[in-house]
Amino acid sequence: MDIKVLGAGCPSCKRMVSDVEKLVAQLNLDAHVEYVTDMEKIMSYGVMSTPVLVIDEQIVMIGYLGAKKLEAALQQSLDKKSKLDT
Amino acid sequence: MTQTLSSQKPQLAPKNQSLKAFALVGAAVVAWLVLYNIIQPFANWLSYDLLAEPKDSHLGESLAFFFYDVPKIILLLGGMIFMITLLRSFFSAEQTRAWLGGKREGVGNILAAALGIITPFCSCSAVPLFIGFVESGIPLGVTFSFLISAPVVNEVALVMLFGLFGWKVAGLYLLSGVTIAIIAGVVIGRLKLERFVEDFVWQIKVGKDGFMAAKPTWAQRFEIAWASTREIVSKVWLYVIVGIAIGAVIHGYVPESALVGIMGKQAWWSVPAAVLVGIPLYSNAAGVIPIVHALMEKGAALGTVLAFMMSVVGLSLPEMIILRRVLKPQLIAIFIGTVAIAIIITGYLFNLVL
Repeated sequence: MDIKVLGAGCPSCKRMVSDVEKLVAQLNLDAHVEYVTDMEKIMSYGVMSTPVLVIDEQIVMIGYLGAKKLEAALQQSLDKKSKLDT
Repeated sequence: MTQTLSSQKPQLAPKNQSLKAFALVGAAVVAWLVLYNIIQPFANWLSYDLLAEPKDSHLGESLAFFFYDVPKIILLLGGMIFMITLLRSFFSAEQTRAWLGGKREGVGNILAAALGIITPFCSCSAVPLFIGFVESGIPLGVTFSFLISAPVVNEVALVMLFGLFGWKVAGLYLLSGVTIAIIAGVVIGRLKLERFVEDFVWQIKVGKDGFMAAKPTWAQRFEIAWASTREIVSKVWLYVIVGIAIGAVIHGYVPESALVGIMGKQAWWSVPAAVLVGIPLYSNAAGVIPIVHALMEKGAALGTVLAFMMSVVGLSLPEMIILRRVLKPQLIAIFIGTVAIAIIITGYLFNLVL
């Protein structure tokens, strides 16, 4: 799983990155987490607010909504993926 | 800033979930009203009966002031920020951009300044928002009207002004904030400053907006509003308490009209001085307003006080540093200068009229 957090370095962006990293470790996911701060790359996703959670190039969440929501979003992407695989 | 995915909790039918959410919010409103109405007797009882301070003593007066203002402001912040964020859940930066697209100067500036108040915005999103606006062809001046109004009209400041000064002052603040944003935006637009925007901004190709958040249900809106309320209140409550404590000391101990000479209407230089001091100060509108409220009782003029506050919340160093990524220093300077001058004029105007 390829996870990206888009953000310009604001406190909530950093919080999302650290939360996602914690969750990945906790759930023992096979995932690569990248923190994207390059404005051109961020804009190429067509978003206007940060932070943004991107999983496998799909925008999953805009804005920091707490660790619980992040976990739910990760879980949902996992479920979707396992459905595709089977 | 806040958009959620839909249908994360399938265990309850959406209708039931909404009903439950409404019931919960209704109960909270009742509890809020009860609490709000027992603060004054409670504060008096605590200061004059339990702590047995005489009613006209300096300490007694300061204590009663403190015990009344702290719970009142915290309650007001909780309640009103919840309503404001609930309202904001109906708006988004993407929607605002769509509304502003193709609007002429003037109409565009007014609309941008108005939307700046209700669109969810945090200064950390200023850069992507700026690029998104400019790239879609919204004029620079209109973009600036939005970028000025969004922080100048600050929800915490608005609630605290309402709680400490009443609705008239809060209304004046709202109105002048929007006016400043419109005028400063028009001025910046007229100056044709496009060359002072960093070149890469004009080259960026914004990707197609592939993410349209599903329309949230009422339960989800309440949840979003509650989360932001908790976040905002947890960020400012300490400042509120410290600010009110300092204000309470001033209220009880500083003699009446001690400040007429320095912050009164007659001291012409006090408005620009207040604005200058306010620019580097940041985010502590929550702590500043109670102090300023106490100062006003001692003879500071309202215009001076409002100018100071708008400068504190509207012109902040961190936001300038963030915007520096897309704006050349000249444009940042013009931006600060224009807004500062607009705030100073507003301050004088209030001192003159009120």
